[in-house]
Amino acid sequence: MKNTQTNSASPLQKKKNFTANLITIIAGIALIAFLEANKSAFSYQISILERSAVMAVVAVSMNLLTGFTGLFSLGQAGFMAIGAYTVAIFTIPVQERASVYYVDGIAPALANVHLPFWLALLVGGLLAAGIAALIGIPVLRLKSDYLAIATLGFSEIIRALISAPQFNKITNGSYGLKNIPAFPNLFVFFGIVILCIGLMILLINSSYGRVFKAIREDEVAAESMGINLFHYKELSFVISSFFTGVGGGLLAMFMRSIDSKTFQVTLTYEILLIVVLGGIGSVTGSVLGAFLITFGKEWLRFFDEPLVIAGVSIPLFRTGFRMVIFSIILMLVVLFHSRGLMGSNEFSWPGFVRWLKSFPARFTKKKKAVSDGGEKS
Amino acid sequence: MSSTTFLQQCLTGISLGGAYALIAIGYTLVYGILRLINFAHGDIFMMAGYFMIFAMAVFPWWISIPLVLIITTILGVGIERVAYKPLRTAPRMSVMISAIGVSYLLQNLATYLFTALPKGYPEIPGLKKVYQIGGLSASFVTFLTPVLTVALVFILIQLINHTKIGMAMRAVSKDYETAQLMGIKIDRTISFTFAIGSLLAGVGSILYFTDRMTVFPFSGSLPGLKCFVAAVIGGIGNIPGAVAGGFILGLGETAMVAMGYSTFSDAFTFILLIIMLLIKPTGLFGEKVTDKV
Amino acid sequence: MSTETLPNENVLSKSLPENNVLRLQNITMQFGGVVAVNNLSLDVNKDEIVALIGPNGAGKTTAFNCITGIYEPTNGEVWFQKNLMLANRPHGKMQKMYLGNFPPMDLTPVVKSPDEVTRLGIARTFQNIRLFHELTVFDNVLIAKHMRASQNVFSATLRINHAEEKRMRDETAELLNMQGLLKYKDDIASSLPYGLQRRLEIARALATGPSLLLLDEPAAGMNPQETQELADFIKQLRNEYRLTIFMIEHHMDLVMKISNRIYVLDFGRQIAEGSPEEIQNNQRVIDAYLGVGEKDA
Repeated sequence: MKNTQTNSASPLQKKKNFTANLITIIAGIALIAFLEANKSAFSYQISILERSAVMAVVAVSMNLLTGFTGLFSLGQAGFMAIGAYTVAIFTIPVQERASVYYVDGIAPALANVHLPFWLALLVGGLLAAGIAALIGIPVLRLKSDYLAIATLGFSEIIRALISAPQFNKITNGSYGLKNIPAFPNLFVFFGIVILCIGLMILLINSSYGRVFKAIREDEVAAESMGINLFHYKELSFVISSFFTGVGGGLLAMFMRSIDSKTFQVTLTYEILLIVVLGGIGSVTGSVLGAFLITFGKEWLRFFDEPLVIAGVSIPLFRTGFRMVIFSIILMLVVLFHSRGLMGSNEFSWPGFVRWLKSFPARFTKKKKAVSDGGEKS
Repeated sequence: MSSTTFLQQCLTGISLGGAYALIAIGYTLVYGILRLINFAHGDIFMMAGYFMIFAMAVFPWWISIPLVLIITTILGVGIERVAYKPLRTAPRMSVMISAIGVSYLLQNLATYLFTALPKGYPEIPGLKKVYQIGGLSASFVTFLTPVLTVALVFILIQLINHTKIGMAMRAVSKDYETAQLMGIKIDRTISFTFAIGSLLAGVGSILYFTDRMTVFPFSGSLPGLKCFVAAVIGGIGNIPGAVAGGFILGLGETAMVAMGYSTFSDAFTFILLIIMLLIKPTGLFGEKVTDKV
Repeated sequence: MSTETLPNENVLSKSLPENNVLRLQNITMQFGGVVAVNNLSLDVNKDEIVALIGPNGAGKTTAFNCITGIYEPTNGEVWFQKNLMLANRPHGKMQKMYLGNFPPMDLTPVVKSPDEVTRLGIARTFQNIRLFHELTVFDNVLIAKHMRASQNVFSATLRINHAEEKRMRDETAELLNMQGLLKYKDDIASSLPYGLQRRLEIARALATGPSLLLLDEPAAGMNPQETQELADFIKQLRNEYRLTIFMIEHHMDLVMKISNRIYVLDFGRQIAEGSPEEIQNNQRVIDAYLGVGEKDA
């Protein structure tokens, strides 16, 4: 499998990359095994990792659509909801269903259908993809601005349908679904996550991925090169929504209980901001962004607690402050570093080494500039 | 349904539509000039609601109302200066993301400052007084809203068509670069556009929240989106269109609630949007523009 | 309607010549109240190099856009390789507004999107370069190969299609080599100098495997030497690769040197047709380019 993408790597570099990747993979597996063995001790850290991983899957799928194909869609929350509810409905243990649907009871057709979680995830993804296919027909012909609003609208329509009392027997409306079984173990969970992201990476690097990028760059030119715009936009939309649906299903299994409030527009905004932070058009950026933001939100929690320094209570610190700080940080990224962390580049070992090396250089450059009185260094 | 009830519902619908229309104008103006969907517009409307709560706690209503309108206008113009102006040369997606970021920030700020619990909206004397006309009874604000809307829109259209700044706004919305080359002060024109939009949103918020009676951090989010839909339905960039869209939406929503489908009233708006985009994407009053290749 | 006799009124009575590749028949393109292309009829035959010239704003690029499906002509037909490819007549609002010189044709509309047109074998370059700016030189051409590859999204994602992928890459390298661009293959397209960008656009158009190549001002911004190289290259395309060429150009030396026939457009109307010598001596063409003086009619 030749990869003549950007700069072709020399054989020595390729060997180095391979070794570095191998070490990382082994380290990753070791870490997961360790965490699995010490589940209860590290449950807090594990849950943050799990949430990050789920967000990463959805962020990459959003990036596929927005960053690589140039389709600004804000419907992620709706498709996640479809995947989540599918998984929930089919995996809640049959004997517990009556108690979950305690108000209106469960629809008879669904009462006894129980699927293994991986099948439910697949069905959830396919359902999301199918609905995307339908939605795409009218919506993908629209200009980018309208596409954003239309997809947002569909997301809200889906949410309205989920919480509608008329559908209580299926979705349990505003009462939500609980007792969703968790993952058997961490390996399965991370395996699914890596599989999803891996497939998306393969797609992006394939001929079809190149077509998506062409559409993003110049639609008119792409069309003139024989690319049927609607067909490929629809393809990107459907595939992206499939993985968004799977991500939603993973979220349901992670959260153990969901309701329509889980899937408000703010969820889509959060994913969008992850994509922006990581770099639109960079898969590794989205993964990085997902982990940074999920960890960051936790780390920022101390802003929510009252802060007392030397007996003086600092007035600003109370509940909600961390989200304000978080929003401000994101605005700063959007305004001053809109390319995000990775721009549109992917992670590469040589690039990483260069980035590490640039730190001492940055400090010496500053010192020199000062001592030279601002002369060209 | 008796005719009185029907007319009563119509009145409610028109009143809601008027508030929507005022907000929709803000979206349509900004989109016309900058091709930007100002996602934060609905949240400016929400903040205006909160401003009134705090203003009325300190000042009497005849100071509060102008004060709130001024502060809302400043907020709108300020947001443009800080979050949109630096990105004027950036790709369109970036500005939209910035707008989403501002919306997110405003919502979180409101949650932080005012808590997520709904706060009661103060009563402005005279507005809630119930009047009777024929068989219809409603509060004064319900009668006032459509009248005020039409009056303000009329003034706005005069301004757009007969003043220098109005001509500048029209020029910028037609061709951004050429307008600059012709000596039009872009910054001032854009700020003025945002000012008008925010001012009208402020008025709209007074009329809307007096009826609703509570404000919470997300009270601008959905109405904001709906008002953008209203602007699209009427023809984005077109002021009478935005007004028409607002009234259509207000009436439609009221009808849905009256018929018992209140959970779908929000979805109804978006279904209308999709239908509109399918049949006539340029909206009811919009014009088709061909791109030069 | 104008009472002038137009040189091409007899085209309808002629049947398609044996080796006809492209025929425009009474093509009118009207935007709102502006008629950009007015009753244009022309033929391009196999192995010909035909040029479309005229002052700026004459409607040449608009005519190209009508051929490739970017615009739907308001009225008229386009035949490609003796099959009807596009046809339209004024409908809706345009029925009342139609100002073209030719009465609305009574025919069933046939519409094609640009990608369908390309698939049939017509490729084009653009007046203002439309490369995929942020992608590499190699990817720009490689993408144009996608259309004719036999694969689907699954075989591509799972790399089952590696034979096709290799074929596409080899052919891309060959095309780049032909244009002297192979050494830039990993550079970002927008980083190339202007002349090379134009060559890249041609390479990309060729990658779609066309039989008719539409070039929109291929020599724009080139110096005399580059223009000469381009002239040789276009002839090579015709002679070796059996492509038919239809080009819009302002560089008169290039046009006169290599064209078999020339059509001249002014204000959307065809005002002359003929060989390079005939066109050079045609008074109407000279007037159109230099402008008619106040004393003249």
